[in-house]
Amino acid sequence: MSAATSTPRATSTLTSNQLHRFAPAGLLVAAAAVSAGLAAVIGFSIPLFVFLGIVIFAAALTAVSAAVEGRRKATDRLVTTLVVTAFALALIPLIAVVWSVIGNGLSAFGVDFLTTSMRNVTGLQDQQTMQDGAPLIGGAYHALVGTLIITALATAISVPIGLMTSIYLVEYGRGRLARAITFFVDVMTGIPSIVAGLFAAALFAVLFGVGTRNGFAGAVALSVLMIPVVVRSSEEMLRIVPNELREAAYALGVPKWRMIVRVVIPTAISGIASGVTLAIARVVGETAPLIVTAGFTSSINTNPFSDWMMSLPSYVYSLAMRPLSGSEPQPSLDRAWAAAFTLVIIVMLLNLIARLIAKAFAPKTGR
Amino acid sequence: MTTTTKAPPEADQRPSGRRGSVRPGDRNFSIAARAAGILILIVLAGVTVFLVSEALPTFQADPSEIEGGEGFFSYVWPLVFGTLVAALIALIVATPLALGIALFISHYAPRRMSQGLGYVVDLLAAIPSVVYGLWGIQWLAPNVQGAWAWLAENLGFIPLFTGPASATGRTMMTAGLVLAVMVLPIITAVSREVFLQTPKLHEEAALALGATRWEMIRMSVIPFGKPGVIGGVMLGLGRALGETMAVAMVLSTGGFTWSLVSSGNNTIAAEIALDFPESSGLKTNTLIAAGLVLFVITLGVNMLARWIVSRRKEFSGAN
Repeated sequence: MSAATSTPRATSTLTSNQLHRFAPAGLLVAAAAVSAGLAAVIGFSIPLFVFLGIVIFAAALTAVSAAVEGRRKATDRLVTTLVVTAFALALIPLIAVVWSVIGNGLSAFGVDFLTTSMRNVTGLQDQQTMQDGAPLIGGAYHALVGTLIITALATAISVPIGLMTSIYLVEYGRGRLARAITFFVDVMTGIPSIVAGLFAAALFAVLFGVGTRNGFAGAVALSVLMIPVVVRSSEEMLRIVPNELREAAYALGVPKWRMIVRVVIPTAISGIASGVTLAIARVVGETAPLIVTAGFTSSINTNPFSDWMMSLPSYVYSLAMRPLSGSEPQPSLDRAWAAAFTLVIIVMLLNLIARLIAKAFAPKTGR
Repeated sequence: MTTTTKAPPEADQRPSGRRGSVRPGDRNFSIAARAAGILILIVLAGVTVFLVSEALPTFQADPSEIEGGEGFFSYVWPLVFGTLVAALIALIVATPLALGIALFISHYAPRRMSQGLGYVVDLLAAIPSVVYGLWGIQWLAPNVQGAWAWLAENLGFIPLFTGPASATGRTMMTAGLVLAVMVLPIITAVSREVFLQTPKLHEEAALALGATRWEMIRMSVIPFGKPGVIGGVMLGLGRALGETMAVAMVLSTGGFTWSLVSSGNNTIAAEIALDFPESSGLKTNTLIAAGLVLFVITLGVNMLARWIVSRRKEFSGAN
């Protein structure tokens, strides 16, 4: 931006060379009208109307502003328009996702859905539902149970390992080992979920024979994804514990490990707990690792160490991709949406819990 | 999803001497902590070892026994192509939008609104991928089918848009769009965070010199945030490359084709998810070998991202 545009064309009041406050709004209305007209000529559709309207508005506003306010202001206005447009454009799919999950998910959702499994439910029942108006039967109880068991196991594996590793990195780690761990935790963060699933599948194939699938294999796969998240979030939290607290504990003659357990961890517990909750929220919806490790079933299985185990994400996937009845897929899709709705509710609740934990247990600052 | 780029505060000034008299509790605790760290290294080594050992039969087998009958390489390259194309579409669509949203939240929206928007973006990043997949197949595919048909009709001379367009809309373009929606919150979250960390003095200095808002952003916010944004984009790329469910559900898979608006093509991750549950014998090994290829690609991308971020850090104009 050069100084060439600052030629004093008008009287030097502060308000000269400025568009009127309502000029953009007026131009927007005008652009909408023009684009409605154009769209009507071409063949009206809402996306076309909105698209034309925005293009015309951006062009007109920039042109008017360039004429009145100069090139720099015009660029500024153009960018503002673009930024706001990008924001509005991005809202469309995001609102559509939420809308379709709620809109489609509620039709099959209910107490029955959460308390019955899919055992002995076949395409025949679905056809009756569609043709004779029989009630929709079959739910996601077995998947809900499976998800809870697998996630709980994954948490039980990941949290001790992750927390101890972060303690090592913050309180003990020096030199090459600590640097190697930091680096490989970073690498682990980037492992695609399907590769984690393949790892668990290959591990169990080597240990227990080819084709072994059970809930525990799924939990191992999820742990591979969860551990780096726990390490990173706890590490960050432990690092912000003030050193004065550590030194005060040392000064009282407290051994290092008791200092860590009694001073450092309690101080950071809110952050650690909310980090763990967010990590759970991340893995609870993982699908790919579970369909290669835990398999699919329509019955309730509460033993993670034998037999296939359903989970909510696998349930959504299997019903959406392979409806029970090929000719009447709608009941299956309804169930898939209801399960997706359940899953989203669980994830949102976990996020909410994480925020509440962070707030409730936040260390009291001395101010 | 809060990948802070903020340097952690210095925590290295605590007494580290007194190695002479080690209490048993101290020793056990430090051994346990160290063991946990080493376990992570073992797990990662295990991932590599098991994948390689299970993939090995593929490379030893006769090429005619591999899926497709022409060896592993000709089996895997269309999948690699599909993976890269889907991720590329996602990034091309998502990056400008994400930067727009991040700027909107950090510098354009009213302050009170911007915090709420930040929460919303974080929540969207947490929606499971299978939900996006279901949405893609049920909502997005039917809605964009018309656009692809239009592209095939009017721009069909470009190889990427060769007709006939898929009647269901379950094409590579749609899969790429779903991926874009999925990586959007990630790139946005990272970018927003670095934009918000721009030193207030830089911004105010620019404004005091008479810069417009855009000039202030261009001169102080973007130079400061560039490494963070690149890191965020790479993070999104890593997610898009490894993302399985959206593609597995949305794309109507098939053999290699240049056309992005007809059915066909597949990605590594989706191929594994679709075929692994029913695979046996050599096919299982082949899929694991494909998984290894994906692992190497994402590893490369992540390393590159880290290298770029660390290389640019010194020149970012920060501090």
